[in-house]
Parts: sequence; C-alpha cells; structure tokens
Amino acid sequence: MENQYRIIHFNLNGKDVTCMTDVRASLTDLLRNDFRLTSVKKGCEVGECGACTVLINGEGFNSCIYLAVWADGKQIRTLESLLGPNGELSDIQQAFIDEAAIQCGFCTPGFLLTAVEILESGKLYTDAELRKLLSGHLCRCTGYENIFKAVKKTMYRRLGQPYPDA
Amino acid sequence: MYDIKEYYESRSVADAVALRLAHPEAHVIAGGSDVLVQMRDGHRAGVELISIYMLDELRGVRLEENGDLRIGSLTSFSHITADPLIQKYIRVLGEAVDMVGGPQIRNIGTIGGNTCNGVTSADSASTLHAYEAVVELTGPDGARRLPIRDFYKKAKVVDIRPGEIQTAILIPKDSYEDTFGYYIKYAMRNALDIATNGCSVNVRLSPDKKTFERVRIAYGVAGPIPMRAPTAEAALCGQPVTMENVERFARTVLADINPRDSWRASKALRQHVAVESAKRCVIESVKRAGGVL
Repeated sequence: MENQYRIIHFNLNGKDVTCMTDVRASLTDLLRNDFRLTSVKKGCEVGECGACTVLINGEGFNSCIYLAVWADGKQIRTLESLLGPNGELSDIQQAFIDEAAIQCGFCTPGFLLTAVEILESGKLYTDAELRKLLSGHLCRCTGYENIFKAVKKTMYRRLGQPYPDA
Repeated sequence: MYDIKEYYESRSVADAVALRLAHPEAHVIAGGSDVLVQMRDGHRAGVELISIYMLDELRGVRLEENGDLRIGSLTSFSHITADPLIQKYIRVLGEAVDMVGGPQIRNIGTIGGNTCNGVTSADSASTLHAYEAVVELTGPDGARRLPIRDFYKKAKVVDIRPGEIQTAILIPKDSYEDTFGYYIKYAMRNALDIATNGCSVNVRLSPDKKTFERVRIAYGVAGPIPMRAPTAEAALCGQPVTMENVERFARTVLADINPRDSWRASKALRQHVAVESAKRCVIESVKRAGGVL
C-alpha cells in the first residue's frame, strides 16, 4: 500500500489532537488503540449493536463502521467526556445506576452517548419517539425498560418538568 | 483494521472522477454502511477504495432555479428527514428514509449509497420511483441526468459508467407539486430490519378533491428492482375518490408486481402485503391531500 498512514487533526472530548492513523483503521480502532478510550466497545463490528457509538459533530455514529481518517476536522465525544474533573458521574450516568439500567455494562457507554444526544437536543420526546431514538442499541441483559426510564427521567429533570408517573 | 488494499480520498468531485478513471477496479465508498459491512463479511475483502465521504459539496437539499428539488447524493438519511424543504414538498421521502436501520445508520447512510447499491429493498427507492426522481451522474464529460427507472438495470446493477459518481437526486417540480404521498415499510421488527415489502404511493387530487388526477405507486421487494405498478395507476387515474375504486386499484397491483419466495417471506405473503399496503397508502395519501374517503 502506497499511502498507508495519514496525519489527521480532530477535537476529541474538547481537546484538539493530532495523530497518525492507518487508513484501514476504523474509528473504534483509533479511539481504543491510540487514545486508550476503552469505553468505545467492540461489539458486532458491523453497525448493528451500537456498543461503539460515539458522537461526531453532535450526532451518534457507530464508530466501528466509520473510517478513522474521516475523523479529520471533526468533533468527537466519547463516554469519557461525561465525567467531571474529579471523576464525578454526570446526571445521566447516575440515572442509569439509580434505575438499574446496567447489568453487564457492555452496551452502556453507547446507550449513554445516544442519551446525551437526546438530552442535549433540549426537546421533550414522547415515549414512542424515545424508544425510536434508542433503537440503535442492543442490550441483552436489562430488557431495555430501565434504560428507557433512566433516559426519560433525566430528560424531564433537565427540562425542569414533573415526571409523569404512569 | 479493514482489509483495504489501497485507499484514495477524493478532494473534489473532479478529483473523484479522476480517481475513478485512474483506478477502474476500485470501489466507491460514501457512508460505508454497506461497503464496510460487506468488507467485514469478506465479500469485498482486499479491494481498493475511493472515498467520496469528505465531499461536503455533495451534502444538503436545495431548490433549483426551475423549482426542482435537488438532494445532494451524500445527504444522510437523518438530514433528509430533518430538512425543511423535504418536509414541505416531499414529506413521504423524509418519513421513508427515517425507517432505514437505526438512528446511527441514518446518520451515516446516504441517499446516494442507498440508490447506487441497486438493492430493491432500499427504503428510499420506492418513493424515488413513485416521484419519478432524476439521477445526476458526473463523469469525465460532465454531468448527465437520467430517470431513476433507467438508472436501475437489474438487481444490484445500476447505470454508472467508468469515471462517474452519482452527485444528486432531483425531484421535478411537477412531480411534487400539489402531491401527497405515504410509505409503508413492512418488516419483522420496527428497527434495524430490511423491508419485506416497501410501498410508496402519491396522489394529486382535483381542486374539488373528488377525483384522482394522478396516482403513482412504486414497490420495493416486489421484484428484483424497485418498480412502478402502471396497470394499477391507470385504473385509478381520473376516477372518483371512492373506497370502491381504491380497493379495486389495490387488487390490480398484482398484475404488475412479481415478488419472490425467499427466507424472509413467501410470495403469497408479499402479494397479500402489497395489496393491503397499496390500499392503506392511498387512504393516507388522500387524507393528506385533503380528500375524504
């Protein structure tokens, strides 16, 4: 291969970074191997399970089917960006714990980033809309209901609206 | 790591054309949700890739001077659904592509890729056929345009010549004006599934809303490529807006379509779904057009 490596510049969790990447690498490979961001999980590696989800320019993508070289010029966020300066959990992470929305935890980082995208839109979604927005993730432990509740409760809390107990 | 033999990044459309001519064996990659998955499967392992993903000039929706709607080929499904022009003029297309895969797939998948892969089950394809979309291809001799019906040649084969890339999909003004449509995707699950049947209908009613002035229907998965149902369309055009006519129309689609038995569904099931979807799509389209059934 003639041009196997490229230098790319992008913003990772708020910090500008430069690195050299193999053109054959997925963004999952790059984030895990070069930046040690192991919250980005390798699940199906064909864009079905959502475990590798990261936010690129504010939208959720399966990083396993996104070439690392395409990160050039983008803003990328992983789960690690949610922690406070002393490792404090964000409200959505705490909600996942409170609602028992985690068992094995493998799907959790992906779900949380999609939740962040949902919450940062500032919109109040219906249950049907929320389920659709969360539908790009597979969880084999929880049966989804607790994940759904964690996101819904945090959405209501952030919008300062009472949670409709139904 | 993907098993990529050589990788070329296009810097402009002209650059992409030059790369296509220089590397005729290379595969074009847009969003990659087909190409990379097939590469992982082994189907496309070891191929050369020409990426057009970084060409932002091919993203976005706008109106041409003559009123035609122009959708850049790299516009993602989610951006099509969210686009105000799409919502205003061809809402059904935004709804159809909102049924592709899951949210992350709709952020990476492009309408160009959805059509260039030549797959009959593509959620955009039936609506694009029903609206007689025009495909723009840019190559060494400039751009050419052809009706989407002619773009699809056979299963998984489309009319892209050496050196060409698809640069836009156009919806002619006459095609979307005063026209209201509805799409039904029939699949086994509500997300992350491929259509067992896709049905897209659009209607234009007379000013008094009593007569079907124009009716167009197209299917995905009713044959090897997306297809219109001309016999059925002719049976309803010019007819009064009545439930009896709608039901007759729905039965007539069987004269046009040719679904197959596969592990996903039997021919009999697909025919049944095709008739029922046709009926429901017309009913919804009439409602959207302000008519009463």
